[in-house]
Amino acid sequence: MTERSKTINVRTLSDDELFYGHKACPGCGGSLAVRIALKVLGKKSVAVIPAGCMSAVGFNFPQLSFGCNSIISTFAGTASMMTGIVAGYKAQGIDDVTVVGFAGDGGTADIGIQALSGAIHRNDNMLYICYDNEAYMNTGIQKSSLTPFGAATTTSPAVDGAIGSLSDKKNLFEIVAAHGISYAATATVGDLPDFMRKLQKASSYRGTRFIHILSPCPLGWGLKTEDMVEVAREAVSTGLWIQAEFYDGEFHYGKHPGTFTDVNHYVRRQKRFVHLSDEVIKKIEKARDEKWLHINRYTKQLERS
Amino acid sequence: MRTFISGNEALAHGIRLARPHVISAYPITPQTTVVEHLSSMCSAGKLTAEFVHVESEHSALSCAIGASATGARTFTATSSQGLLYMAECLHYAAGGRFPVVMMNANRSTALPWNIYGDQRDSMGLLDQGWIQLYVENAQEALDMSLVAYRVAEDSRVLTPFMINMDGFVLTHTYEVVDIPDQELADRFLPSYVTDNRFDFDSPKSMAFSVGPEQNFRFKFREHQAMNRAKKVIAEAEKSFAEVFGRQYTGLVENYRCDDAEYVIVTIGSVSGLVRSVVDELRRDGVAAGLLKIRYMRPFPDAEIAEILRGVKAVGVLEKDISFGYEGTVFTNVNSALQVAGLSVRTSNFIGGLGGADISREQIRDIFQSLESDGRRLNFLGINREEYDD
Repeated sequence: MTERSKTINVRTLSDDELFYGHKACPGCGGSLAVRIALKVLGKKSVAVIPAGCMSAVGFNFPQLSFGCNSIISTFAGTASMMTGIVAGYKAQGIDDVTVVGFAGDGGTADIGIQALSGAIHRNDNMLYICYDNEAYMNTGIQKSSLTPFGAATTTSPAVDGAIGSLSDKKNLFEIVAAHGISYAATATVGDLPDFMRKLQKASSYRGTRFIHILSPCPLGWGLKTEDMVEVAREAVSTGLWIQAEFYDGEFHYGKHPGTFTDVNHYVRRQKRFVHLSDEVIKKIEKARDEKWLHINRYTKQLERS
Repeated sequence: MRTFISGNEALAHGIRLARPHVISAYPITPQTTVVEHLSSMCSAGKLTAEFVHVESEHSALSCAIGASATGARTFTATSSQGLLYMAECLHYAAGGRFPVVMMNANRSTALPWNIYGDQRDSMGLLDQGWIQLYVENAQEALDMSLVAYRVAEDSRVLTPFMINMDGFVLTHTYEVVDIPDQELADRFLPSYVTDNRFDFDSPKSMAFSVGPEQNFRFKFREHQAMNRAKKVIAEAEKSFAEVFGRQYTGLVENYRCDDAEYVIVTIGSVSGLVRSVVDELRRDGVAAGLLKIRYMRPFPDAEIAEILRGVKAVGVLEKDISFGYEGTVFTNVNSALQVAGLSVRTSNFIGGLGGADISREQIRDIFQSLESDGRRLNFLGINREEYDD
C-alpha cells in the first residue's frame, strides 16, 4: 500500500519539506497551509499556484522552493490549468498523481471562480485548496469578496469614520458545495491536526475536492507574528469561522463552540478592525448568530430525516 | 480519401491525424464546427483524446498549457473575441515554450459586433510569441495541422502555433479535400517527446518568475527559437512533400513575381482572387504578380525583399488596420524592404473589414493604381470625400 493509506497525524507527519526555503513573511498562514498540505499529499503531487503570494515567495528562478512538481498558473487559471494537467495524465494512462491547487481568496472567490466552477462541474479529479487571508495581500492588502465586513484594506480604508469593507464574505464553501462536489471542507491553520484529517479525507474521494482554509496574514491583518495561530483559533471560538465538511451530498458542521468567545477580543487585536465601534461589532455578532441559527436548523432537519 | 467537406472539417481531420492527447473546446462562431467535428470523432472512437468542455477561452488555453506541461499533445481552437479573451494565456504558452497548436477562425472584433471575417483579431496579437500561419484553402488547413505540430514540437522551436483561417470564406466553404491515411500521418509526425514537462524522478518547478537580468535572457531565447522555426518549417514542408506528395511554398508564395513590375502582397483567402486577376492581367500584357505571405511570424523579411527586388510598385492588400497608422502587414513589409536597402514604391489597401466583400474589379483597380503615384493608404470601397471633416 502507498504511504497515503497510513493515517498521518502530528506524530507521523513526514519530515520531508516540499515547500522550503521560500521568502514568505514571518508568521504567514498561507505558507503554513501549503507546507502541511504537501507533507500530507506527498511527492507524487503536482502543485498549481496562481500568481499571488505563494508564487511570489516560492517561485523565483533560480530560487525555487517546491520539492514536488509545481507550476505557476495565470491568476484566473488555477483550476483550468489543473484541469489540463489532470486531462494530460489521464490521456497518457497515468492515474497516481495528486493534482493540488493553492490559490488565495482573490484567486479563488473572485478572478478564479469561473474556472473553479467549471472544474467542479466536470468533476475533474483534483484537490483545490483556497488559503484565505481575506484580502489581496500580495499586491498590498486590497479588498476581495472574502474580506469580512468591517475590515480595513487599502481599497476599503477606514478613514473619516468609514467602516472599511461594507460587504460580507462571499459564502464560498456553500457555493462550492452547491455544485454537488465530492468533498469540501473548511479548516484553519490554527488546527493543523484537523486540516491533516480533512486532507486525508479529501484524498479518499475521487473527483473534485475543495478545502477552504483560513490563513491569517500578520501583515494584512495587523497581527503580532506570534499571534497568527492563536487568532486563527479565535476565529473559530468566536463562531465567526465555521468549521464544516460537505460530502455524500450533505453538510456536516463542526461542533458549536457552546459559548462563543468574545468577538471584541478577536477584533481588537487586529489592526484592520481597530476602528470598529461597539455598534458595528454588535452587527458582526448578529450576522454570526443568524448564520448559526441557519446551521442549527439544517442540522436538526438532517437528524430528523 | 478524397471527399467534399468544409474548411473546418478538413482542419478537424488534420488534428485527428495528429492524435492530440487533450482537446479543450469552447464554441465561438465561426470556429464552432471544428470542435463539433472533433467531439464527434471522439464519441465515435475515431480519435482517442481527452475532450474537455471548458468554461471559457481563457480556460481553453490555460487547460491546454497545463496538459502540455505533462508532456501531452494539445489542441484548442478559437476566434475573434475568444482569442482576445485568452490573450493572457497566449503569452503564457509562448513564454513557457508549450507547443500548443490552435486554430483561429479569423473574424472581426467588436465593436461593432460582427461575425464575419477580417484579420484584425490575430494581427492585433502578432507580438505574443506564437507562430502565425495563414492558410488559403481547406486542403492546406488539413495539411498544416500536421506541419504545425511537427514545427511547434521540434526541440529547436518549442513555440506555440496558430493556424489562421478566414472566417466563413475558408471555415464554412466546401471543397474537395484529400484526407490522408493515418499511417502516412504517423510517418510524418513523430510523437511529442520533451523535457519541458513535470518529472517525478526529478521534480520541476515550471512557469516560474524571473528577475530583470535573467528574464531578458529568457525572452531573447524565445526570439531565437521563433527565428529557428524558419528553417524547421522548410524541413517540415520538404518531408511533407516526400510523404504526402503535396509541396508547399514555405514562408511566402511567389506567384509570377520574377519578372513582375507590379505586385500585390496579401495574405489568406483573398490570395486566390488576386492570383486569378494576375493571370488575367498577364494575358493583357501587364507584368503583374502576387506575393502571398503565409507566415506573419516568424516574419519572412528576407524572402519578401528578395522577391520584391526590382519591382516598380507594390500594393499591400490586407484585412486589418492599426488605427492611427496603417495596415500591420504593410508596416512589416516596408520594414523588410528598408532593411534590405530597397526603395520600392509601396502603398496600402485596407479591405474586407467586418467581412466586406473584395471584388475582382477592386483588385484590378489596385493594380492599375500601382502604375501611377497614388495615395499611400487606401480603403477599398470607401469614398473619403463623404467622410471629410
